[in-house]
Amino acid sequence: MTDTPAKIQIRNLHMSFGSKVVLNGLDLKVGVGESVVVIGGSGVGKSVMLKCVLGLLEPEQGSICIDGEEVVGMSPKDRDRVMRKFGMLFQGAALFDSLPVWQNVAFGLVQAMGMELQKAKEIALNKLAQVGLGPEVGELWPAELSGGMKKRVALARAIATDPEVIFFDEPTTGLDPIMGDIINDLVVKCVRELGATTLSITHDMASARKIADRIAMLHGGRIIWAGSVADIDHSNDAYVDQFIHGKAEGPIKMEVRA
Amino acid sequence: MPVLAPIGRVFLAFLEATGRFGLFTGTALSHCLRPPFFPRAILHQMVEIGYYSLPVVGLTAIFTGMVLALQSYTGFARFNAESQIAAVVVLSVTRELAPVLAGLMVAGRIGAAMSAEIGTMRVTEQIDALSTLSTNPFKYLIAPRLIAGITMLPLLVFVADIIGIFGGYLISVYKLDFNPASYLKLTFEHLENIDVVSGLVKAAVFGFIVALMGCYHGYHSKGGAQGVGQATTNAVVSASILIFASNYVLTALFFGT
Repeated sequence: MTDTPAKIQIRNLHMSFGSKVVLNGLDLKVGVGESVVVIGGSGVGKSVMLKCVLGLLEPEQGSICIDGEEVVGMSPKDRDRVMRKFGMLFQGAALFDSLPVWQNVAFGLVQAMGMELQKAKEIALNKLAQVGLGPEVGELWPAELSGGMKKRVALARAIATDPEVIFFDEPTTGLDPIMGDIINDLVVKCVRELGATTLSITHDMASARKIADRIAMLHGGRIIWAGSVADIDHSNDAYVDQFIHGKAEGPIKMEVRA
Repeated sequence: MPVLAPIGRVFLAFLEATGRFGLFTGTALSHCLRPPFFPRAILHQMVEIGYYSLPVVGLTAIFTGMVLALQSYTGFARFNAESQIAAVVVLSVTRELAPVLAGLMVAGRIGAAMSAEIGTMRVTEQIDALSTLSTNPFKYLIAPRLIAGITMLPLLVFVADIIGIFGGYLISVYKLDFNPASYLKLTFEHLENIDVVSGLVKAAVFGFIVALMGCYHGYHSKGGAQGVGQATTNAVVSASILIFASNYVLTALFFGT
């Protein structure tokens, strides 16, 4: 665990869907300015954990504190205030099909911060430039973009409001290795420039090694190992070893059904 | 008892669905009344529902009015009561056919589109993205559609009333050789305010139903393309059934003795 003050502190988080227990007493701390990556197989509950922190799912039990403030059971108004600290890059980019690219990037500025459209457009074009996209891309529609460009636009949208905390949900999924590496570099660059705290989930080890200060492994509904990037290759944990080396044989048995 | 377990499961699922629908409706309505509003989104939906549905509703209305005049003539000619054709056309169109048929056409055109659009936004995490951008999906997606549905369908039905009556006039004058002035006179003699008002009230209720069903099924869709397709079907079918059921209730309220 880190010694920095906690930006996000998750304690004893429980969540299940019907009879399927997804999170079973999860504990995780993310320090201020720290970049933590949670790794784990498909369906172990990484996205559920993220959605609980974002308030998109209400956990059955447990505590989530942001800057020391409990957010589980928070009123919608207070939740809205906390959400303004967040930026999020979704796995499938989740760009709004009905809006051109620049309006996607400017959405949080206009809707959440009440900024004028022209000013918001200027900032949106700046953010697009930060992720390597020219102003002409701003006039395109999401359907006209490639997978890599969508991820860049989604990254620009995530950092548009200069958030204190950014969440990355599988930032490199569905991209070729080169584009994946470009996105990883952009993530590192943008986060460094903002000085933001980040919590990412991925099963791409190359991505995890590049963007993380610390890696935590989620299995069986709880964090079974956490440590620095340098330590992960010497974890002496059979689960972690099997996962990072991508071996079919080992203690982790992949579930066929979700 | 093995027989009781499935019945209990179905009953519990029914209660859960009813509760979820009730909560959804209450939340949606409360966001229609509480600021902030999204005028641009509301205007967009109004144009989508009102303006772009006009050709479909207009064509439905004119052919319905024409058929009504022809069929009424077939029946009334046997009793030398052809003068009643104008009354049948104007009352049928304003009280029942314009609101119900416009409601059904809009359910097919707009309800399906709403469900597919919101359903796709749900399965591609766009609705979650709205929340993370501090925008309430009910305010941004649902309320504008409900407001547009409630306000635009009465306008559509008012136009459909005029076009439907005109359809009956066309057939009566140019095919059945009625005198144009006396046909119009008979039409206005039989038409009362309540006929038009009841049709417009029905239209507002149908507009609410179509938008609510489209939004509800889209919002709760899951499972990718198949789930969105299923949500779209459910939206159109449930809206159509509710239109017929609420039409009976409203007719009984307005004209029941």
